[in-house]
Parts: sequence; structure tokens; C-alpha cells
Amino acid sequence: MSNLTIQGGKIIDPATGRNEVADLYVVDGKISSAPPPEGAAAISGEGLVVAPGLIDMHVHFREPGQTHKETIATGSQAAAAGGFTSVVCMPNTSPPTDDPSGVAWILDRARQTASINVFTTGAITRSLAGEEMAPIGSMVQSGIVAITDDGHCVQNHELMRRAVEYARMFDLAVLDHCQDYYLVGNGVMHEGHWSTILGLPGWPRAGEELMVMRNILLAELCGTRIHCQHLSSAGSVRLLRNARGRGVAITGELCPHHIALTDKTISSFDANYKMNPPLRAEEDIDALIEGVAEGTITILASDHAPHAVFEKEVEFDQAPFGIVGLETELAIFLTILLHREKAISLDQLIAMYTVNPAHLLRLRKGTLRPGADADITLIDPNLEWVYRKEKSLSRSRNTPFDGKEFKGRAVRTIVAGKTVWELGADGVRA
Amino acid sequence: MKSSSSALEKNQTRNWTRKDLISIRELEIWELEHILDSAAAFKTVGSRDIKKVPALRGKTLVNFFVEPSTRTRTSFELAAFRLSADVVNISASTSSLRKGETLKDTALNLQALHTDIIVLRHSSAGAPKFLSERLESSVINAGDGAHEHPTQALLDVFTIRERMGRVSGLNVAIVGDILFSRVARSNIWALKKLGAHVTLVGPSTLVPRSFESIGVNVVRRLDDVLETADVINLLRIQIERQRKEYFPSLNEYIRFFGLTKDRAEKLKPGCLIMHPGPINRGVELDSDLADGARSVILDQVTNGLAVRMAVLYLCSTAGRKIR
Repeated sequence: MSNLTIQGGKIIDPATGRNEVADLYVVDGKISSAPPPEGAAAISGEGLVVAPGLIDMHVHFREPGQTHKETIATGSQAAAAGGFTSVVCMPNTSPPTDDPSGVAWILDRARQTASINVFTTGAITRSLAGEEMAPIGSMVQSGIVAITDDGHCVQNHELMRRAVEYARMFDLAVLDHCQDYYLVGNGVMHEGHWSTILGLPGWPRAGEELMVMRNILLAELCGTRIHCQHLSSAGSVRLLRNARGRGVAITGELCPHHIALTDKTISSFDANYKMNPPLRAEEDIDALIEGVAEGTITILASDHAPHAVFEKEVEFDQAPFGIVGLETELAIFLTILLHREKAISLDQLIAMYTVNPAHLLRLRKGTLRPGADADITLIDPNLEWVYRKEKSLSRSRNTPFDGKEFKGRAVRTIVAGKTVWELGADGVRA
Repeated sequence: MKSSSSALEKNQTRNWTRKDLISIRELEIWELEHILDSAAAFKTVGSRDIKKVPALRGKTLVNFFVEPSTRTRTSFELAAFRLSADVVNISASTSSLRKGETLKDTALNLQALHTDIIVLRHSSAGAPKFLSERLESSVINAGDGAHEHPTQALLDVFTIRERMGRVSGLNVAIVGDILFSRVARSNIWALKKLGAHVTLVGPSTLVPRSFESIGVNVVRRLDDVLETADVINLLRIQIERQRKEYFPSLNEYIRFFGLTKDRAEKLKPGCLIMHPGPINRGVELDSDLADGARSVILDQVTNGLAVRMAVLYLCSTAGRKIR
């Protein structure tokens, strides 16, 4: 079993409030308060932050069914290169992950092929069709950590209410992709100044906000934890702020592209700027950052959504939504939230990737407390680097961030005491 | 082509360098004027006995119309004939797009056949830009989704300039379905660049306030613009799309936004009545008005040919010395 000492790093563990320069010990793949026996490996953490292994609770690994875009193996490698020791997969695989055997297949595949911890969600409704409840309890027994119809959104409020009520029986969080189908229609970009100019169908803010409001009401009604995924609009932040102020069990998630880019980029008609929900305006970026700073938004995630080049290289309105994000998300958040906006401390940023998602999903992860799994991410928050998509470990290349400069990144990823990825001289791996 | 060469010489100092015409929004004012000046020269070709010049002899033009169109396609085709180019027409039903080939692959195949110009009509905004970035051939936008229809705007401002002697300072009202209109967007840019005052008129569902952010006025009553308009451009209401969510009925549309004879009486005597066609008689405008003295609807069609000759000529000889 793996023993390890990480010497002289700055340990930041928001779950315990720890923030100090010290050695961190790993004994038999677990965090230990006592040093490992003589002869254990040692690595230097000097000048680095030693954080609990980061968790990305919103990824699409496309397996089963769309392995030309990504697999659990390649997605995990990209995750490790981004500093992630755990990911949570969305159920819009092909076929959708909507029954216990599908869940078991994914977890089994992950055990065989993944270098990191791969968790999965299950669908709220059968076939993600929004019509009848999926076998939620059986999927819980197979190991799902939440339910969601991500990529889709249950439009029938009564059905959603029953699913939310049912999920509570299992202490299960419900994750929602907030999109009102009538208001959004065939919208492909933010409805505003740029959609007016470009003549592309608009996706109005209200299309998201209406469902955020619905979820607040249902969380209040049923007492279940509901998590609003990938929030994009200023109004959603306002609704969430008010509800959380009243103690409603509602949380919100932020993806890096929603604060790094605006709808103006779409004047290029480049489908690498097409995601759902869409890139919005400057005022939305300001509100989202404020939402993070004040603690209204508590979770960061990528919505890593790989697509093949040939699928994206088509007419803008016909291209699929989504971009890859695992290898750039931490860097974007460090660059914008920590360095540029100084919106939050590094401790807070790490909490949003560790203890917060772990708490929401009841994962026994996200801390460096003695006895915890030795999942550790070493971060150099000041390292300046340039992202090159051709070096990506993902199977896909659909990113708008190729060639972009960032400040800060993960430099080593450790799962159960073993290094699964390390920054090499080529900027990828050792 | 004596007159045309003298007009072209006006801008010899600023050489035309665009191989593509994708949008009016991206054009410099001098480029816009250069096209109009060139079109004036090419217009004379149409009134000759032999309606043909050898300007594009040996060049191949593909009319690639993924979305159906008769009027624009025919206009481009005739423009190409008059420039002595060879023309092939491809429609959505005859192209391999039907068989699942991507737009990119279809276009690369056309290029492999050494086509010089691709005129693209497509239902997706941005499709011509997408192609222009991937092909050596000239790509001319013949209408992309609700984005732009540059040659329509060029023929509209050409017609205004021809009739009124100028565009600058004129009050131009554009009426109807603006939200879904590529004609409206291209017209707005062209008119603004040439110094006109643009007012959009239509139901709030089809003329959202967001248009104010691009520097035009938005009003809700056609009656508000009748007395001040120098030009009134009535856009086609797309009855075939049955946009019941945008206004309740055609009758109600006509009641508020139709140019009836009563309303026309309030227009200035010299006000031009325009329509990009095909017109719905009795809907956008009274049938008699369409045929009346102030209507320049057929001039627009004639001028479309001249404008398209200019565009084809300039883009396909971009960066080369004009002989």
C-alpha cells in the first residue's frame, strides 16, 4: 500500500479549517497524523499548496455510447491533468443512465479503466424524457450519488415535485439543468444585443430563471437538497441569494466559461463558443462573480462536454452544445476569481471544489482529515502557463481556450496516495 | 466599358481586397460606396443590345442555394451571365447535403472542381462566414438565416441613391417582421453607414427593443412615421410560417401596420415605397400602391442585377490589378 510524505507544502483543508505549512503524511493510502514507516517515498511540496483532491461534480464522459467523443479512461486522464481526483458523471450517455444495470456498468468500467474516482448520477426520468420517474431507489443501491436529467430539464412541475420528494427518502440531492423549453425554444445563444445583430435565435435569461425559481419552491416544499447546475444569469444569482437567505436547501454551480467569455464571441460563428446555457453579457459575469464572493454560489464545476471536431465544425445553429473543460477550469477560476477579481481566497476556492460538493453529494471525499482517502492535489497558484489543446489528454478538442494564458494550475494529482498525473517539462506529464 | 472603368478608377487608390461578401456590418463606408459606384457603371450593360461584358470570362460560379429562392438565385445567375462567367446551380434537394454530407465537405468538393465563386443561400446564420474561412473561392452571402442579406441591402440603397440623389440625412422607415429578417439587418447597417436615420416600425413581438442598442429608433405606430419618412421599406410578412405567436391575425396586422391608401395620403409626395418581394398585395401595402408612381419595387429588382454584377466582379478579382 502506498505510503508518502509531502514535505513543506502549504496545507489548505477547508473542511477542517487547516491552513499551515507542514508535512502531510500518507499511510496505506489514507491521510495519517503520524509519519509513514522508514523508507516511504517523499516529495517536496515547497512553494506549493497541498489541497484535498479536487472534485468536479459535473462531467460528461460519454461512455457508454459515444466513445468517439470521450471514454471513462480518457476523461479520467484529462481530469487528473486538471487536478481532479474525483468526478461525477452526468447520465446523458447512450443509452441514458436510467437503471441500476447502467449504473453498475459505468462504475465497473471506471474500476477497470479510470485512474481517479469516478462517481455517477442517475436520471430523474426514464430515457431523460421527462415523463415518468426512473428507478431512483434501485439506482441508489447500485451507487449513484445524485439524480439529474442534465442536458434535459423536467418540464412537468408535478413530476419534478414527486421526484424531489422521492429523492429525500434516500437523502439524495437533485441536480437540475434549469431550462424552460417554451421560453428557450430553439435558442442557441444569449438573447440580447449580439443575438439581435447576428440573427441567431435567442435563449433568454428568463428561460433559466423560471426553473431556478421552480426549484427554490420545490426545495422549500419538500425539504430536499436541489442543486442548480451551471448558472449563467444575473437573475438566477438574485433568486438564489434570496432563497438561501431564507434557509432554503438550494445550491448553485458556476462553470468557468460563464465568467471568462461573453456572447460577443459568437460573432465569430465558432461553435466552440456554443454551450447550454449560453455565454451571456458582462453584467451577468459581474453578478456571477459577486455571487461567488458573497457565498451565494458555492460549487465550481466544468460541465466538461466533449464533442468531436467534425461534429462542432458545422453551421452554428446545428452544432451540439458544450465544450471540454477539465484541464482549464481550475486555471480559469484561479486567474479570474483569485488573481484578477480577488473575489475569494484560495481557501474558499478550494472549498468550492472539495468540501462543498462532497457535502452536497454526501461523498466521503474532499478533506485531508486523518483517516480520509489520500486524494491530494498539489497546486501552484502562481504558475504562468499557456493552454495548448493539442496536448490535451481528453479525446476531444472542443475548447475556446486554446492558446490562452493562465496563472495557476495543478502540478500533481494523487489518488489514494499514488501519483496519477504530474506536470512534466512538456506541460503535460512526467 | 468606358463609363464603368472611369467609375472604378475613382477608388484605384484604395484597392478592393475582400474575396468574400459576408455582411454589410463589416464593410468600411468606402467599400460600400465603391460597390455602389461600380454597380452604377455595370447598370449600363443591361441597357445595351449585347448585354454582356467579358469581365469574368473563364470563371466558374456556383449558385449554392440550400434554402429555396427564385428571385435572388435568378438575379445572381443573370449577373454572372452578363459578366460572361459559367454558372452551375445547386439546390438543397440536388446536393449531397440530403445524403448527410456536411456543408464543409460539400463546399470542399465544389472547390476541388476549381470553382471561383460560391454564392450561398442558407437557413443558418453564419454559414457563409463559416465557408469563407475554409475556402479559397470567393463566397458571396445570398442570405443566411436572419443574419444578413448584403446584396439586397446594396440594391436598396442603390435604388434610394439613384432616386433621391443621396442617402445621407434621409428618414428611412423599415416596417414589419424585423426580428426574423436578414433584409432588415443588412439594410440597417447600410443605411446607417451612409448617414440615413433609420426607424423600425412593427409589433413589439417582431421589433424587440433590443434593436435600439444598435442605434436605430423603434416605434409602434406606422402613423408616427408617415409624415416624416423619405423612404418606407415594407418587409414581407411571412404568412407561410404562420407566426401566430407573434401577432394574432393578418387582419390585425394590416389594421396597425399595413400601408393602406388612407395612410399613404399622409406620406410626403416624393416618398419612395420599397419592398424586397415577393409582396403580399393587400397585406404589407395596398395593391394599387404597389403599382403606383411612388413604388420603386421593380427598380429594386433591376438594380439587384447591377449590384450583384459589381459584387461578383470585385470579390472575384480581389487584390488583383484591375485591367
